[in-house]
Amino acid sequence: MWIYLTKRIVGLLPLLLVISFLSFMLVRMAPGSPFDKERAPASPDIERTLREKYHQDEPLWQQYLRYLGVARESDGQGGTRWVRGGLVQGDLGPSFKYRNHGVNDIVAQGLPVSMSLGLLAFLFAMGVGIPLGIYTALRRGQWGDHIGSFFSLLAFCIPGLVVGPLLIMGLALQWRLFPVALWSSPWHMVLPTVTLGLYFSGRIARLMREGMTEAMKEAYVVTARAKGLSESQVVFRHALRLAILPVVSYSGPLLADLLTGSFVVENLFLVPGIGVFLVNSALGRDYNMVVGLALVYAVLLVLLNLAVDLTYGFLDRRVKLS
Amino acid sequence: MHSVVSASTTAPVRQFLSRIWLALLLSLLAGCARPDPPADLVVINGTEPETLDPALCTGQPDGRVAAALFEGLTRVHPKTGESVPGIAERWEISPDGKTYLFYLRTNALWSNGEPITADDVVYSWRRVVDPANAADYAGQLYYVKNGLAINTRKITDLTQLGVSAVNPHLVRVELENPTAFFLDLCAFRTLCVVHRKTIEKYGDRWLMARPLPTSGCFTLEQWKVNDRVRLRKNPYHWDAANIRSEVVDLIHLESATTALNLFETGQADIIWDKTLIPMELMDVLKERPYVHTFKYLATYFMRFNVTRGPFKDPRVRKALALSINKSRIAGHIMKAGEEPAATLVPPGTANYQAPEGLSYNPNLARKLLAEAGFPEGKGFPSFHYLFNTAKQHEQVAVELQQMWKKELGISLELRNTEWKVYLADQSAVNFDLSRSAWVGDYNDPNTFLDMFMSNNGNNRTGWKSPEYDALLDRANRMTDLKERAELLRQAERLLVVDDVVIMPLFFYAGITFYRPDEISGIWANIIDEHALYPVGKTKKADLRP
Amino acid sequence: MSLIVSQAPSTERPPAAPPSLTPNQRAWRRFWRNRPAVLGLFWTLCLLVLVLTWPWIAPYTFEATSDAQFSPPSAQHWFGTDVHGRDLMTRVIYGARISLLVGWIGALVAVINGVVWGASAGFLGGKWDGFAMRVVDVLYSLPSIIFVIVLITTLEGFLRKWLVATFDAGPAAVGYARLIFLFAGLGAISWLNMARIVRGQVLSLRQRAFVDASLALGAHPLRVIAKHILPNIFGIVIVYATLTIPAIILYESFLSYLGLGIQAPMASWGSLIADGASQLNPIRVYWWLIVFPAGMLVTSLLAMNFLGDGLRDAWDPKGRSD
Repeated sequence: MWIYLTKRIVGLLPLLLVISFLSFMLVRMAPGSPFDKERAPASPDIERTLREKYHQDEPLWQQYLRYLGVARESDGQGGTRWVRGGLVQGDLGPSFKYRNHGVNDIVAQGLPVSMSLGLLAFLFAMGVGIPLGIYTALRRGQWGDHIGSFFSLLAFCIPGLVVGPLLIMGLALQWRLFPVALWSSPWHMVLPTVTLGLYFSGRIARLMREGMTEAMKEAYVVTARAKGLSESQVVFRHALRLAILPVVSYSGPLLADLLTGSFVVENLFLVPGIGVFLVNSALGRDYNMVVGLALVYAVLLVLLNLAVDLTYGFLDRRVKLS
Repeated sequence: MHSVVSASTTAPVRQFLSRIWLALLLSLLAGCARPDPPADLVVINGTEPETLDPALCTGQPDGRVAAALFEGLTRVHPKTGESVPGIAERWEISPDGKTYLFYLRTNALWSNGEPITADDVVYSWRRVVDPANAADYAGQLYYVKNGLAINTRKITDLTQLGVSAVNPHLVRVELENPTAFFLDLCAFRTLCVVHRKTIEKYGDRWLMARPLPTSGCFTLEQWKVNDRVRLRKNPYHWDAANIRSEVVDLIHLESATTALNLFETGQADIIWDKTLIPMELMDVLKERPYVHTFKYLATYFMRFNVTRGPFKDPRVRKALALSINKSRIAGHIMKAGEEPAATLVPPGTANYQAPEGLSYNPNLARKLLAEAGFPEGKGFPSFHYLFNTAKQHEQVAVELQQMWKKELGISLELRNTEWKVYLADQSAVNFDLSRSAWVGDYNDPNTFLDMFMSNNGNNRTGWKSPEYDALLDRANRMTDLKERAELLRQAERLLVVDDVVIMPLFFYAGITFYRPDEISGIWANIIDEHALYPVGKTKKADLRP
Repeated sequence: MSLIVSQAPSTERPPAAPPSLTPNQRAWRRFWRNRPAVLGLFWTLCLLVLVLTWPWIAPYTFEATSDAQFSPPSAQHWFGTDVHGRDLMTRVIYGARISLLVGWIGALVAVINGVVWGASAGFLGGKWDGFAMRVVDVLYSLPSIIFVIVLITTLEGFLRKWLVATFDAGPAAVGYARLIFLFAGLGAISWLNMARIVRGQVLSLRQRAFVDASLALGAHPLRVIAKHILPNIFGIVIVYATLTIPAIILYESFLSYLGLGIQAPMASWGSLIADGASQLNPIRVYWWLIVFPAGMLVTSLLAMNFLGDGLRDAWDPKGRSD
């Protein structure tokens, strides 16, 4: 068990290296540069200086080593020295766009916000999706199933782009129950949570319905039933454990997606998370920010998937962790 | 077998899972920060500033915050938009218009109480032209002696810049040419005065220093990215008595609808960024008392690539320009009172009267196109219009496409790209036609016209005209404003009538939202600059529950 | 089995199928008795016919502007018009072509890729499993938006140059080329989830007695996969595919919103919904701009979903009650 955990955590390091390398190179392949501006600088020298300042004039491999923090540079007196900062020291570098901030500053400001929103949305999605999924599975083929399925499908057919404004128009402007935007009190969190969570609750309900339908056909569930256990005992004590597996394996990537923020919801409700940066940095070719956020995302994802695999083994005894 | 639970594996698993949940919950609590006390004034300022460093910032929202934090030798009069004394109390101009003496106020202080001296001014200006700082707007100091040479590394000695401290309260400035708008430049944020010691201590992250010594009316209390900047009145400012709001929040966001919602529910008092106005609703909103529209110096236009295919022929460019019904675009798509434009320089620009541009004349257009070898558009290759993705630009593009198809029988392909691809392609002149817009930096035709000089980085059309360059050069050496205006007029005629390098579409309308019975101290002016210090809530608004 | 079936109305089940029927015929018979599924099939077919024949019966073209700006639904324009006075019904049906194409091709790519990758990883296990899942982990850990932006902008640039150089193609061809990249890009980011889920299922099936038994009896592994594994994951694959189609269609709307989707004046459901959503505001709502595109999307997805459910129920090996 502990060996397994250690192995997975150690396995994270090469993964991070690969991710940083891939995103580092990928984002530089896209046309345009961080220094393209609508208004050209007063002279072309300025852009050149800017490139030098951020070491964009060096060969790519050297830029990458510098990013990792394992490059040597001239110390200006004929010798060389190790570069300062770099990934090995946990420094994600300066942002090319937000010139007064480092990527670390932005992550430190935005990540906690995105994480709390994501977690709330996750709880909402689970809280709505799992019961709905179980209900529709048990009523499979009946009206209850059709109506429940209709709503769960509706939830993930309508994008946040539509749900958000509708919630704002109804609950925030018409009835003034919740604030329209900003992020400063628990009241402010309700609408973004629902907007973000609703879509996923639909998905979870579908997966749960499927899992439960399958589980109810399992031999041991059938046996449990034959033994004369009550319906709720069969469902919750025996079937649920297996039925929830698809949901569990979906929830790792789902949580990573949720915790790193959502562009649409953050934009709509003015939530100062990092979801907006994830999209805007790629669009704005803010190289360091792209790589930094990709790394944050990767770390979260790996940790959460690890939790999922553990949960998997815990719920389904037939899976061996190795 | 399902009920067999082996204790040896579950205990660590449970422990591990519960730790992860605990960590998540803790971060949840961290995210729910304590709400700050409400501000006296909440302004929706635009998109998130890239930097608040006055020497480096280029965007309008960035500039507005920088202007509240830092002050120049002069500042913009909030009502008229003219330059009035700032850190300098008065000035003297030599008869040839090339030497300025600025007398600083003795009561001009940093927000930490230290005096602002002539050395601070000299340091701040040298910092702008110092090539190592790579300030995009260094061009604002090219009018000062040796500014260009230093910035382009022809001179390495910063002290050669034509600005010097005669004594702690007297700054002497030497210019290359008499520059009619130099006092306006002194009020511009690039030339504002910044605190040397802080910058030398903290480097690029100096704006994160707290407390941050500032020279303007406000100090920087908080800067939360993609949320808000919180400013507090600078008690040491020489004009502190006239700063009306103690704490001001500047909210940064990207969605016009969100901005409107905040304003409608009273969570924001002012919207003063044009990009955050929902344009498609302007026909309804225009009637509301809180909407204020005004003329300002900004033009929406289209660049031709004069090096490519049929667009090498000025007759083709002219035909295309003549066949666009600009009033339909200005009225149908833009609804805030935008005026159709025939010239690049907007009406109302100081010291200038624009020439008469091309009008709407589809018959002449067809004739010209036939002369150029494409009667009724036959044989005209398909060409594309480059624009960055945005509702409004797409709508304009669709209109252009249909008009040219109808009037000239030629087919335009739309090519919308994301922002950086658009910029890269535009500056590499990799397009047939390209959407463009320009907002004047100061109230003078030069801020529009110098764009199309042959070596200007903003030219982006492939058009090089020695005649145009010569006209502008001569004009900017003139001290007589009338003669200067005439030369500039000739240059603009060349640009939009004879050579048709660009096709102006409309002049933007400036828009601000505020409730006049609650907010006062904000006035419309032609450069869309609204100083923050005179803005405040009226007594009546304070009584509002 | 009958215990579970008892949940469904018993009248829908035939007492016993005549012995002369093949399993396939019996499956069809089961399918035709499932009313929502048949309805779904009917709606999907209608939509297909409408979409394919529309260019010949439409009174307007999708790009023709008129002076009737924002006119509400009327006899001339059943779905109303948009900002340029274009007929919305024509645009919605034109949009269906693109959305269905993008959604189905994307989902197909995702399903094939995901099943092959996931099933082989789960079944073969060992080193291959480790490697395959590492690849999935790496690709998964890259935020999809970075991948898509780079793919679309970079490859589009190359392709444009190539098309113009070799075929002297106009920008229209480039517009279609971009569409192809949309398929590829969206398929490429959606198969990862599928692979993980399939692997999870296969991993759990792999440990089951009947698989071990087949292998012990000398059955070829491919045969075991085809006979025992694939039919058992059919249900989750269908459900996942029906989840993937809307996800891809909605992702396309997000990309259109960022300027990476289809080119104006073309339309897709996604871009129409994004357009409609952008004008949801407290001042004035042109309801038809959102109701019709979203309504069409939702009903079509519901139909496809019921269809998928019906197919799965009819052919599910565990569903064969007799």
